Amino acid sequence: MSDATTTEATGTPEAEAGDAAAGAEQPAAPADEQREAMLATLTAALGDRVVGSHVVPGRELWVRVAREAWVEAAETAKLKLGCTFFDFLSAIDWMPSPWGRYEYSALDLEDGIPRPDPTAEIATGYAGGDTRFQVFSRLLNVRQQHSVMLKADLPDDDLRVASLVPLYGGANWHERECWEMFGITFDGHPSLRHLYLPGAFEGHPLRKDFPLLARLVKPWPGIVDVEPMPQTDDEAEGDTPDGNGNGAENEGDA
Amino acid sequence: MTVTERQQRAYVDAQAADMRVAVELETDEGMTLNLGPQHPATHGTLRVIARLDGEQVVWADISPGYMHRGYEKLCEVRTYPQVTTLVNRIDWLGSFANEVPFILASEQLMGIEAPPRARYIRTILFEMARVANIVLFLGDLGVQLGAVTPAFYAFRDREHVLDQIESVTGGRFHPNFDRIGGLKDDLPKGWIADTKAVMQRMRMFCDEIEDLLFGNEIFEARTRGVGVIPADVALSYGLSGANARGSGIDWDLRRDTDVGLAHNEVDWRVWTHPDGDSFARCWVRLQETREATKIIDQLCDGLPGGPIMAKVPRIIKVPEGEAYVATENPLGEMGYYIISKGDIGPFRVKIRSASFSNVSVLPWLLRGVYVPDIITILASLYFILGDIDR
Repeated sequence: MSDATTTEATGTPEAEAGDAAAGAEQPAAPADEQREAMLATLTAALGDRVVGSHVVPGRELWVRVAREAWVEAAETAKLKLGCTFFDFLSAIDWMPSPWGRYEYSALDLEDGIPRPDPTAEIATGYAGGDTRFQVFSRLLNVRQQHSVMLKADLPDDDLRVASLVPLYGGANWHERECWEMFGITFDGHPSLRHLYLPGAFEGHPLRKDFPLLARLVKPWPGIVDVEPMPQTDDEAEGDTPDGNGNGAENEGDA
Repeated sequence: MTVTERQQRAYVDAQAADMRVAVELETDEGMTLNLGPQHPATHGTLRVIARLDGEQVVWADISPGYMHRGYEKLCEVRTYPQVTTLVNRIDWLGSFANEVPFILASEQLMGIEAPPRARYIRTILFEMARVANIVLFLGDLGVQLGAVTPAFYAFRDREHVLDQIESVTGGRFHPNFDRIGGLKDDLPKGWIADTKAVMQRMRMFCDEIEDLLFGNEIFEARTRGVGVIPADVALSYGLSGANARGSGIDWDLRRDTDVGLAHNEVDWRVWTHPDGDSFARCWVRLQETREATKIIDQLCDGLPGGPIMAKVPRIIKVPEGEAYVATENPLGEMGYYIISKGDIGPFRVKIRSASFSNVSVLPWLLRGVYVPDIITILASLYFILGDIDR
């Protein structure tokens, strides 16, 4: 009654998962005039420096611009589209994680879920991409509820892009976070220093090749955590009259 | 040296470096005041470093990160159903509200829609999280100004809301109740009547607080005209929620976007205040609580029947794609940008939390204010540390 997530009665889990995925792939895409018009405005202002775009009708517009046009794109969005609200800025490392997901227990593998291949080619998302790192930023027009998700590719050997701080004050902290988490330099930022991490922290934690230490030290699913239950001891020894007395012998988890 | 050892050593070094910074407080130009990381006015571990000229702040810096838990990284190694447990802990006073945008974004990518009953119950619990959260703000506000009584009132009355949340979800603070495709369970028997009684009580609490605080001369003197944020600054710093509405920006995601909650099916209104000062932000929150109780009442009346769970595959695999869904949480706009590669877990999740942007305006805002006003400004901006640090 309560757990409706388990719908085993209707078929094999693999088949169901496949069906759901296939069903969601093909929405009957109605034209989204508002977002197409926004894209046209950006394209008119930036020309061929708009290198990719993607529209999910009724939801969101993704525009990928050349790195040189990053600030100009934001400026166009701010001035011509009225996107004065700075929502967020961050980046993504498209490299498949060399550490896998850390957490494939025997149970998961039985269900036939393949491990992602760490050596696979880098595949990017909406609006495409050519490089491992991308910065993205969402700008919003709060009056008309327009929003645009800007993306820009950053070449591996030169991870830098111009700062949005002169346009949006709020970009300050977002860029500092992005700098320490991904190692992306923002030219023109007033003070790129650590925000979350301690001053001498080494590495960039949100890069895919940065290991998640907690998972390296203690592998998923945390089986090492489980201490033997008192009852298990009872059964093994078979001579303890009551389980309560035995519990006191354990070291205790207080 | 292994990676682990190197990381541990770097961490120890970094801690030592931080300690050194902490003692360099005396400078040639005036005095540097260090507020926090452990300070009652910071609601947790936020550090405010203010350089003073007499009683006036000439320069202020905020140092968050004392509670950084790396949720964006952790999300990458978890499956979709496991992530809700994590995101519960972002804004811990309104936990259920954190789960909702993540679940909605996952549903949007999977092309699943929750049944109407689940949508309504979700919205009810979402608004109850708001009431529980903001009630504590209203009580805490008094404490920051030297009035202790409102805090007791707030803790007393919030308990009723938490009891209602607990009787549905089993958890007072961390419900972890939202599921992709619906909810874990239906409402218990008699819950609707109890909830409406509690909402009546919360409206009385709002009246009490309004009498206690908002008409109070000292309260007005401490908050009117203090910490004024103009609308254009609020927009450029990404201030959302009551902080934006307190600056006269008429924007509420519950009304302005349709992400799959039931807010548009009931009658309520968005309150704004043109002043942009501490008082305006507090006042907008008070009104927001009242509206939230009205929303809950109406949703309880119109609760449709039917299932609470859509048909979802046993193993949640989200198709390749990207989605950003944001909702109007108690603290402001909370959104998740999920990038999926068709796996059982997200490839990357960018968590857009409200307090992070709300607090980032502080270096700008604290310039020129007097030392006692730092506290009221921090209180009126209302942040939860988990929501800044994630």
